[in-house]
Amino acid sequence: MTPTLAAQLTRTAEEAAHAHRPACPCHDTGTLADRPDATVVRHAETVAKAHPPGTDHTELTLRLATASTLPDVLLPPLKATPAELHDRLVTFWPYGDPVDPRTPDTAPWAAAATLLARLHLHPPLPRTPPMRGPAKAARAVERLRATEPGSTATTPVLQAWQALPAWARGEAAPPEDGTLCHGDFHLGQLVRNPAPHDDWRLIDVDDLGTGTPTWDLARPAAWYACGLLPPEDWTRFLTAYREAGGPAVPPHGDPWPALDIPARALTVQTAATALTKAARAARPLDEVEQSLIDACARMAATPPELTCESAT
Amino acid sequence: MQCPKCRAQMHTYNRNGVQIEQCSGCRGIFLDYGELEALTRLESQWSQPAPPAPPAPQAYPAAPAPAAPAWGAPHHGGHYGHKRHKSFGHMLFSS
Repeated sequence: MTPTLAAQLTRTAEEAAHAHRPACPCHDTGTLADRPDATVVRHAETVAKAHPPGTDHTELTLRLATASTLPDVLLPPLKATPAELHDRLVTFWPYGDPVDPRTPDTAPWAAAATLLARLHLHPPLPRTPPMRGPAKAARAVERLRATEPGSTATTPVLQAWQALPAWARGEAAPPEDGTLCHGDFHLGQLVRNPAPHDDWRLIDVDDLGTGTPTWDLARPAAWYACGLLPPEDWTRFLTAYREAGGPAVPPHGDPWPALDIPARALTVQTAATALTKAARAARPLDEVEQSLIDACARMAATPPELTCESAT
Repeated sequence: MQCPKCRAQMHTYNRNGVQIEQCSGCRGIFLDYGELEALTRLESQWSQPAPPAPPAPQAYPAAPAPAAPAWGAPHHGGHYGHKRHKSFGHMLFSS
């Protein structure tokens, strides 16, 4: 019997940890994530990640180089190039504690925004690949089409998607594409930098690249617009981003003319993912998921091209 | 909804938490019951002269809700407690 990927990756992580520290206490070992697109395991202070099947070696190496170059923004990898484990690429990282999903009050909104602003202000390294946010949204919509094409909740989601400009659907170059972006920011993408620094760092470079920086603000913006993120948390995030000189939105005034398109795209992506998951589990949508579908339905009444007018 | 004056389509916009319908044809604006008062109240908060010599550093006054897009959820500034915990637990941590 072939051992599972997680089991093989566990052994790889152990070898990497012991190479780094022969007297390893071997505590805190286990699987942190095991999804079709990524498996992440931990052995003491070392984390090994198996990237999605089909990940490009050259592009991933360039993304690792960016993380090594910006250690005050991104968690730097332990090794500069990916290892190979059968058909998967594996990278190694120091372990850092994640944000606690049980305590919304302590979520590091300001720290996250400051990190994103610093990332956006940093010139991309030569040959940095494109940020993959729009492509990721397109994949979520494709999965929805394949899983749940005819449901009543699918229709407003697909309509909102079709109303977006081609760049936001990953079908054309974005209007502004020279900025270094994370590409998939959410609260699961922050860890505490291991001591002695002990402040937050961004992780997961899979979608990192050059693109439109508003994409990185668009997920919190979408949560706020859908009524899922309280105004004070959104204000804390946006204010910290502006105070750090972040270039994605103007320093004052209404940020929505800049945020509108990517926030719509992220709302559609999140709604599509939620619908696909619910359909596969044969369960109804919960209240939070329904609020995303409702937002998609409201988008039909206010096409993107009218939004700038409404913001004046 | 349709504009009562020129029959063109009206679009909903959210201004500081107040839903406003604007006609895409004649640009006329339709307000629901109580919305004019809500806007007037917001306006007076902005234009009121500062009260005489406010005492040194104080907490933020109850600021109007930050700007939101026209397609945003209604009732911004409402209660978030229950939904907040639920969405925080899973939605805010995954792609």
